[in-house]
Formats: sequence, structure tokens, C-alpha cells
Amino acid sequence: MDTKQFNEKEDILTNATRYREEIGENFYDTMLESIYSEAATIAKKSVRQRDDKRIYTLDRTIDRIVTSKVYGFPIMVGLLAVVFWITIVGSNLPSDMLYILLVETLHPALKGVASTIGFPWWLDGLLIDGAYLSVAWVVSVMLPPMAIFFPLFTLLEDFGYLPRVAFNMDSLFRKAGAHGKQALTMSMGFGCNAAGVISTRVIDSPRERIIAILTNNFSLCNGRWPILILISTIFIGSLVPAHIAGLVSAMAVVSVALLGIVLSIVLSWFLSHTILKGEASTFSLELPPYRPPRILRTLYTSLIDRTIFVLWRAILFATPAGLVIWLVANISIGDASLADHFIRFADPFGLFIGLNGIILLAFIIAIPANEIIIPTILMLTVTTLGMHEVGAGTGVMFELDSVSATASIFHTGGWTLLTGINLMLFSLIHNPCSTTLYTIYKETGSMKWTALAAVIPLTLGIAVCFFVAQIWRLFLGG
Amino acid sequence: MKPLNQCEQCTVHKESTFIKYGINMSRYDYLVALAGNPNTGKSTVFNNLTGLKQHTGNWPGKTVTRAEGAFSYRDKKFKIVDLPGTYSLLTMSTDEEIARDFLLFGKPDVTVVVVDATRIERNLNLVLQILEITDHVVICLNLIDEAKRHNLEIDVLQLSRDIGVPVVPTAARHKKGMETLMQSIYDVATGAYQCKPKRLKNISPKASRAIENLTKQLNDIFPHLHNARWIAMRLLEGDQRIINAIRSGELGTIHQEETTQEKLKSYGYETV
Repeated sequence: MDTKQFNEKEDILTNATRYREEIGENFYDTMLESIYSEAATIAKKSVRQRDDKRIYTLDRTIDRIVTSKVYGFPIMVGLLAVVFWITIVGSNLPSDMLYILLVETLHPALKGVASTIGFPWWLDGLLIDGAYLSVAWVVSVMLPPMAIFFPLFTLLEDFGYLPRVAFNMDSLFRKAGAHGKQALTMSMGFGCNAAGVISTRVIDSPRERIIAILTNNFSLCNGRWPILILISTIFIGSLVPAHIAGLVSAMAVVSVALLGIVLSIVLSWFLSHTILKGEASTFSLELPPYRPPRILRTLYTSLIDRTIFVLWRAILFATPAGLVIWLVANISIGDASLADHFIRFADPFGLFIGLNGIILLAFIIAIPANEIIIPTILMLTVTTLGMHEVGAGTGVMFELDSVSATASIFHTGGWTLLTGINLMLFSLIHNPCSTTLYTIYKETGSMKWTALAAVIPLTLGIAVCFFVAQIWRLFLGG
Repeated sequence: MKPLNQCEQCTVHKESTFIKYGINMSRYDYLVALAGNPNTGKSTVFNNLTGLKQHTGNWPGKTVTRAEGAFSYRDKKFKIVDLPGTYSLLTMSTDEEIARDFLLFGKPDVTVVVVDATRIERNLNLVLQILEITDHVVICLNLIDEAKRHNLEIDVLQLSRDIGVPVVPTAARHKKGMETLMQSIYDVATGAYQCKPKRLKNISPKASRAIENLTKQLNDIFPHLHNARWIAMRLLEGDQRIINAIRSGELGTIHQEETTQEKLKSYGYETV
């Protein structure tokens, strides 16, 4: 840069300062005022409100109810319960049908083809019992609930309910020292934590954004609630008469989801009073008008954008996981398979915190995708107990066609009500899946926050399971 | 196991989607920016124009990832960039900075401002601020169906005359008015329509003179600056960012040397 240009630049800046002093500091204010008055003048000339304000009144009436101090939260819980209830009841039949098609019919057919061609046993096991079955399981268990849950959720979003949720939760999050918009990112996390983490970009303050990222994992993601649905059906639903079992199971799932919300608020409070100290920043949240959802469009886009996307991801991860499961169950060192060795090693600690070694191993294998926790647990349980007649052989991931058969496996495996409850709790409170961790790393650009995002919930989960187990044993013996 | 990159999965990033429209992303005739208040339907307009399926939802601030796409209309190809929704361009939030910097330095040929027809007065605040930066504006008066439902009567021609740029009523959710919108974008881009935007009055004579003088001076050393008046106004406010940009010479170089592609990149937009 030559001196002349430099001088010219400084000249402008000096001039600007001089003018600024001349005009006074209120230039910004007068300019804003002039913008506002101009906007008002223009609008007044061309916009006219005719007769009544009927529709605004309807919007306000709805808002008064859904954001009221008294009804706001019950309505939120109620809607959540209804969404889960429809999902649980509605996905039963299609799940069964897909299971029959993919697992009971296609799997033996494929095995038949493989043996005709003359596949070696290990290739046949690896590809068909490992990779194919894991994918088949994920499709039959994940697809129907997702195809119901996502459209329902998107309809609520389209209608304009989410900002109202944020409005209701705003004061809670602010009291916890977090950003009110965290309520929105939390809601996104109910679909997928990785998406929830990306959505924290709406939060400007880096401090509050990191709080939102670290706590997003407590939003039960769609990969985890199939676990909750199954376990609560087996262990909680069976405690009550059959005709209310479905409802009670749904409420148990809702309770765990609510516990997640409570935990994310408590952890936000803790973080904002320790390592992420600071004041909550204020923001204005606009409550958009309710818009009648475009039902067909919503169904289409939520099916294409969300359901297929998440399913594809699940399949992508289930395939290699299926291979891994088959391998650890079939590669032996000394007298036992790799899986056996680990389970023997981890069992004492697992039982101590009210879980068991198999569950711990399943959570490790399922780090890439929470969706495969349950099939991994089932497969490992059957393998280590030598219950070969139930499944199709060692290391075959499968789902049993009836909940009661699954229950009998769990009971044979030494599971109690405590194991079921702790598994539900641990499903909520453990490290995020690897995709979410990777997203957290990309968003924060920091190994430290990524590591904390994994360590905090994992430690908390182990602690919670430990305390529940101790209290349980103290009062109920179990 | 390599974790999935969410962006690579996203339809927005797949150039193949554009092939359907016969558009090669690296070649286009005009650059269009899409601005507006939060929750006015920018993403819906974007989807309609490009045929992409950017996720839409009824809450403000939903668009957090930048989206860009393309469409062709008549004989021209347009590249369109969806900016984050903002209420103004004068504060320092990240969203506003991205939107403002893009309008200032990204030098779009046309800026489409999506305006919520049920909240015209408040939305006009942003329109007036954008008009201080660029002349080439088309107003997409969206949610016109809702305005009707709310018994609002809007004199579109009057509005267009008062603001000095084309105003196109649309109902993007129902794909209404899109053809007219494209025609207006085309007209403004090609110069068939000459915008005569409203400038702020009510500024004291002293301030007006100061703005004039500073604008002249800026034009002298930065001959490529196309919105010197706006920069002059920021200088009068003592905007530190602009002061720094002048001192470092950033203000001068950006306009001369960088290609649009590079500009897009430097403001956080992935270019294909």
C-alpha cells in the first residue's frame, strides 16, 4: 500500500470522526427513527384492515391456552404422549409384516441360495447372518415407527407448535443460565441428536451454544426410543392388566423422555455455574401465526427428507456392526469367543450397577448407531447362554416375532425389573453415537468439548444406574 | 468406521439435483440473493424456484445451513443464495452479519426480499435498510393468502410505487405467483426494469451533507465500491468493522480481484 493511499484512507476516517462529532452521537437513533417512520408511512398508504379481527382472535385464543402457565405443560406432555401412543400402536402391525417378510421368509431363502451356490460357512455367516440380518432387523423395527413419528412431528412443526414449546420452556432454560432457543434445538434432538447439534447454530452466544450442544444428547433420539418401547412393554407393561398395558408403557416412555428434559435443564444449570459461567442472553421469540398444515406435502417431505435419510444412515451403520457382532461371537481365543471373554470380564461391574456384561458390550458395539443396541443384546444373550435353538445359530442377530418370546430370553438371561429399568435409564443417559460426536467435533472444532460431550453423560449414566441399583437392593432386595 | 458427513448426505449439496434443471452450477448469468425477516417463507420460495427440498418449518430461525441453488428462466441462468432471516442489518448478530456482508461484498445482481404480507410495516424496516445497500431489489410479498384470510387489503401497485421496486404478491406454499416473481427477477437483472428505490428522508441537512461528502471521498479511493453511501452512513455511526475494513484495504480489494465464486466461499458458502 503506498503512502498516498494510506493518507487518503486516514483522511476519510478523520473526516468521518469530525462529522460524527458535528452531528452528535444520535445519528444512529435518528436514522432508525427515520426508517421506522418511513416504513409506517408506506404501510399506512397501501394496507387496510377490513372489518373484524376474527382469525387473529382465534390464534390468540389458542396461544392463550397452549402457552398458559396452567395448561402449557400438561398440553405438551399430553401431545407427546399421544404422538408416542399412536406410534407404538400404529407401528406394531407393519413391523410384524416386515419382520415376516425380511427375516422369516427372505433370510432362509438367501441361506438356501447360498448353500446351493456353495458358499463357505464363514462367508455365508458373515454376509447373510451378519450383515443382511442386521439390516433386515433395522428396517423392520425402525421404518414403521419412523414413518409414523416423523410426519406427526412435522405436522406439529408446520402448524407452528414448536415456537410455543420454546415459549413455555424459555423461562426454565433462562433460569438455568442457558438460551431460550435451546428449547428449539432440544426439540430437533428428539428426531436426531446430530441434527439437533447442527440446529444450535440458531444460538449466537458461543457459551450458550456449547451448553445446548452438550445437553442435546438428553433429547431421546429416534434410534433410542424403539429400545424404550420394547423394554417398557416387556417390563413395565407386564406389571399392569393387559387392557391398560399399552397406555402404561407409553407413559413410561414419556417419563423417560421427560427425565431427559429435566436432566438437560439441570446439566445446563450446572454448566452455566461452573465451566461455562455467564448470564443468559435475551432474545425475542416471535410466535408465528398458526398455519393449517399442508398434510400431503408434509407426509411426502417428511418421508423423503427425514425417514429415508435416517433409515439409510441406520442401514449404513448396521451392516458393518452386523459383521462385527458375527465376528466377535465366532472368533475364539482359548476356550471361548471374544464376546464371551469380554462379557465374563465386564459382568461383575455390569451387575454391580444393575445391568450386565452383555448390555455393556452391546453399548460398545452400538456406538455407531443406537438403533442396533437391542438386537445386539438379544444375540449376545442367546449366544452366551447357549440357547441355540431359539435363534438361528451363533452370532445371528434376530428379533423374535413376539414380545413374550423376547421376554423369556431376558428372564433366562437373569434379567429382573431392575435390569429393565436401568437399561431404559442407561439408554437415555450414555455417550452420543459416533455420528453425533463427529458433528459436535465439526461444530465446535474442539476435541475438549467433544470429549466432554461423551464423558459427561456416560459418567452420569453409570452413576444413575448405580444409585438406582443400590436403592432398589436396599428396599426391594432384588 | 468413517462417520457420515451430514452435508454430503444433504440434497442441497448434490449437484446432480441441478442437472435436472440443465444447470451447471459453475456457470450462471446472474447471482440472486434471497433475504427477508425470519419465518416469512424464504425457504419455501427458494424450494419453489430451484426445485430443491430444503427443509421448511413454521418457526423463525429454522434455516441455519446456507442453501444455494439455481434455476433458469427464459434465456438466462440464475444462481440463488438463501440468506439467514434477519429483522435488520444494523446489529451485530452472526445472522445479520452474514446477510449484510453478502449483500455488501457478494454483490448480488438482484436481491429478492421476502416480505410477510400480514406484517408489512415491520418487514419494511428491513426492506428500507436493504435499499440503502442496493438498488436492484424485488419484493416478494409472500403469504398473500394469509393476508386475505386476515381481511387485509393491500394495494400492491401503490406499494411498488412508494418503494420504487417491483412488488410481486405470492403464496409460495401454494406455488402461486412464482412465474411473475421470476419475470421480475429477470427484468431487474437484465435492466429491463429500472429500480428507483426510496431513499431515507428525515435525515438532518447536516447529516445529509456529511453523507454526501464521505460518499464522494470513498468513491475516489475505492472506485469499484457500489454502495459507498451505505458505507458512509456506517462511518458516521462509527461502525468499527467498517473502519477496520477501510484501514486494512479489505473494502477496496474485494470488489476488484475476487471472483464471485471466491466471494461466496469467503462468506461461508460452499461452492460446488
